[in-house]
Amino acid sequence: MPDARLSGTGLTLAYDQRVVATDLSVAIPDASFTVIIGPNACGKSTLLRALARMLKPKAGAVHLDGSVITSLPSKEVARRLGLLPQSSIVPDGITVADLVARGRYPHQRLMRQWSKADEAAVTEAMRATDVTELAERIVDELSGGQRQRVWLAMALAQETPILLLDEPTTFLDISHQIEVLDLCADLHEAGRTMVAVLHDLNQACRYATHLIVMRGGTIVAQGDPAEIVTSELVRQVFDLRCEIIPDPQSGTPLIVPEARRRVTPASA
Amino acid sequence: MNVRIGPLSVRLAPRALLVSVCLVLIGLAVTVAALATGEFTVPVPDIVQALFGQGPPVAELIVSKLRAPRVVTGLLVGAAFGLSGAIFQSLTRNPLGSPDFIGFTAGASTGGILAVVAGGSAMTIAGGAMAGCVLTAALVYGLAFRGGVQGYRLVLVGIGANALLLAVNSYLLTRANINDAATAGAWLTGSLSGRGWDHAIPVALALAVLAPVCVLLSRPMRMIEMGDDAARAMGVRVEPVRALAIAAGVLLSGVATAAAGPVIFVALAAPQLARRLTRSPGVTMGASALMGAVLLTGADLAAQRLLAPTQLPVGVLTAAIGGTYLALLLRKDRH
Repeated sequence: MPDARLSGTGLTLAYDQRVVATDLSVAIPDASFTVIIGPNACGKSTLLRALARMLKPKAGAVHLDGSVITSLPSKEVARRLGLLPQSSIVPDGITVADLVARGRYPHQRLMRQWSKADEAAVTEAMRATDVTELAERIVDELSGGQRQRVWLAMALAQETPILLLDEPTTFLDISHQIEVLDLCADLHEAGRTMVAVLHDLNQACRYATHLIVMRGGTIVAQGDPAEIVTSELVRQVFDLRCEIIPDPQSGTPLIVPEARRRVTPASA
Repeated sequence: MNVRIGPLSVRLAPRALLVSVCLVLIGLAVTVAALATGEFTVPVPDIVQALFGQGPPVAELIVSKLRAPRVVTGLLVGAAFGLSGAIFQSLTRNPLGSPDFIGFTAGASTGGILAVVAGGSAMTIAGGAMAGCVLTAALVYGLAFRGGVQGYRLVLVGIGANALLLAVNSYLLTRANINDAATAGAWLTGSLSGRGWDHAIPVALALAVLAPVCVLLSRPMRMIEMGDDAARAMGVRVEPVRALAIAAGVLLSGVATAAAGPVIFVALAAPQLARRLTRSPGVTMGASALMGAVLLTGADLAAQRLLAPTQLPVGVLTAAIGGTYLALLLRKDRH
């Protein structure tokens, strides 16, 4: 078992009275790019939100560095663990630089609102996400892909060793999806532990070093995608018949859904 | 494009500071005008002397006993409405989420009318308004609560409560005897007429405690404007911040309504105007308070002088001035 600063044990997760998952145990391997995947309503975002202390488990506990996460001061957690929520609200009229600077909140105090470290972190976060050029632009006026990079920059400015992302590619077109995932891969290579909820199984297989596959509130499989992703698993989890071939670009598993009817060349 | 990240934190500050200084100057000018002019004009040097109890007796009576309490009450009530509006607009992430739209002011009115009908003194009416405001807020918060309070739920429940309470208020007025109804009607428009130091002091005390709280809350509240999860991820303790902010906002609008009656529009317009003028991407407590003070005293001055000797209740003018200005700004915003 590899080291895991972030883990959950015996988690029962529920919204109000609606139980989404019971008795989940999961460990996020340090320095991994962990991807959580599964069909809609399988509880993957719920699990991520619980790991990020957004949702208090009905039973069980999430541990960060050996302590129950809710027992740690909130700002202290925010200096170790960052989250990019599925959707956030862009404040009216805010510039890119100002929004990214808000990522420094957990490092600031009332009397020390803007240190050299804050400035350096914001500069670096904007460079890493390639939004430096956009610094003075109004966030509302950016394209979806640019905006997502700005949100990522804000999360980066937080300078946490662990970064959780809830469906960071939703609402983006394919080229921006790849752009965001490549950026996440870069951040992972730079030493961060990344955890993301994704929809696309092929993207998950390509980028994840550790894959958690869920269905109906339980974890069906976890491990290296190359080892665990089989056509049997995909059928069991997604009710999809498929063939698995090596991704011609990365060699990772590539899921090719079975064709229901033979496609004939278009005649008209 | 030459991007300097360095002065980031100070870049917005000059504008906010400039706006605040201008508002303070306008506030001062309005105050002096309110003290000096009227049926009996007091020269400016006499005002200073009168305030220190040294001027001519007539000037002293008019300035210290009549005009000064009224203008000070106006400044304080305006600031309290401005802060309260800023808090609720930020919490609900909605410009319409101000206390005069989500039932709190209407609840205060109900309390006030009941006190009038019960034959209460000015102090009882103030107490009734305060109690009505707090009770309504507790009710709205309780009904909107579902493991935490979402902004839009607060607005929707509040609008419902507002409609209900306005109906109750109308009913109470139709049932009251004609004298009570007239007294209550005058109070309901919102007025600073005849306000003395005993009206100003409770508002001053409330502001002394709650204004610093508002300033402390403004940074976490700006984070909450980005969404609960985003704020929590940054280490903001969302529910305690929100509960404290609601308490401060309710007390401020309650104490303001108790002093001046339900003056509408200041709480709605002041934060919006402040935000647009400072171009701040988030709640701006200081500028909202100053804007509220200037808006209310400016409106009261106009209400006293425009149609002199006819005296209008200030509530009539706050709606006119604030509404027009806001409409103009919104129009400009579209470009």
